[in-house]
Amino acid sequence: MASWQWFHRLGSPKWLSGTIDRWLPWVLGAGTLLLLISAVWGLAFTPPDYKQGNSFRIIYIHVPTAIVALAAYYVMAVAGAVSIIWRMKVADMVLRAIAPVGAALTFLALVTGAIWGKPTWGAYWIWQDARLTSMLLLFFLYLGIMALHDAYQNNASGNRAAAIMSLVGTVNIPIIYKSVDWWSSLHQPATLKFTEESTIATEMLQPLMLAIPGAYLFFIAAVMLHLRVQIARNEKDTRWMAERAS
Amino acid sequence: MYFNNLAELWEMAGHGPYVWSAYAISFAVLAAMVVIPAVRYRQQLAQIRQQQLPSDKS
Repeated sequence: MASWQWFHRLGSPKWLSGTIDRWLPWVLGAGTLLLLISAVWGLAFTPPDYKQGNSFRIIYIHVPTAIVALAAYYVMAVAGAVSIIWRMKVADMVLRAIAPVGAALTFLALVTGAIWGKPTWGAYWIWQDARLTSMLLLFFLYLGIMALHDAYQNNASGNRAAAIMSLVGTVNIPIIYKSVDWWSSLHQPATLKFTEESTIATEMLQPLMLAIPGAYLFFIAAVMLHLRVQIARNEKDTRWMAERAS
Repeated sequence: MYFNNLAELWEMAGHGPYVWSAYAISFAVLAAMVVIPAVRYRQQLAQIRQQQLPSDKS
């Protein structure tokens, strides 16, 4: 069946490597372009917020990186599940590739959020806030997975431990997402909604509608870049890899 | 533009330091997310090329 062919191809490092080489410039280019356009648009061409003034412009970094940091964890956890269930080495490579990218995005969400929080709430950080704490936990999860990869002499043990940790950590994701609804939080509840009209002003929303896909594309490009390294490392003794290197 | 000139864009009515530091850090991290793995890939390829060189066994 054609769908199984696709799944098998996905499991081939050589096919994956060729696909990355073909698509990387486009994905990276598109993602960077969207992020640049949305940044310029958001910084200079949207009206200031009537309550927060100009500090709200941080939203065009903070929200996309936060959204993708969460989505990245899901994808990473799926890779972990595939690794454990089907023992697919490409799944391990994908897991290793996503972890540092997810960590970087979570870092950006946390730092931009803290900077935004100072003029808005008067504080860079509040420990009692559930969303802030659970996002920090997400950051530590990513770091922990990266550490597990390096902690073991045997690559396979590191891969397995990291895969298990990625699965265990998935419970954190709905907590982050719903934290602003379940607990009283300084962080505002969702203004972007799937099923109803969003409560954010249209002029402010528009650059965000470019920045979010831009962040997704950039994330995919960054994972591709890391995956290239993982494939090269894993396949260094094969002939096709040797040919590619020369 | 919603600012009268570049000076006002920089000042952001007092919020300049917050907005620009957030964007500067973000730019740096995003750039690193591309540069670091790209460099590592080139290093890995060079390493593979090295191991292809015939060993001089006389």
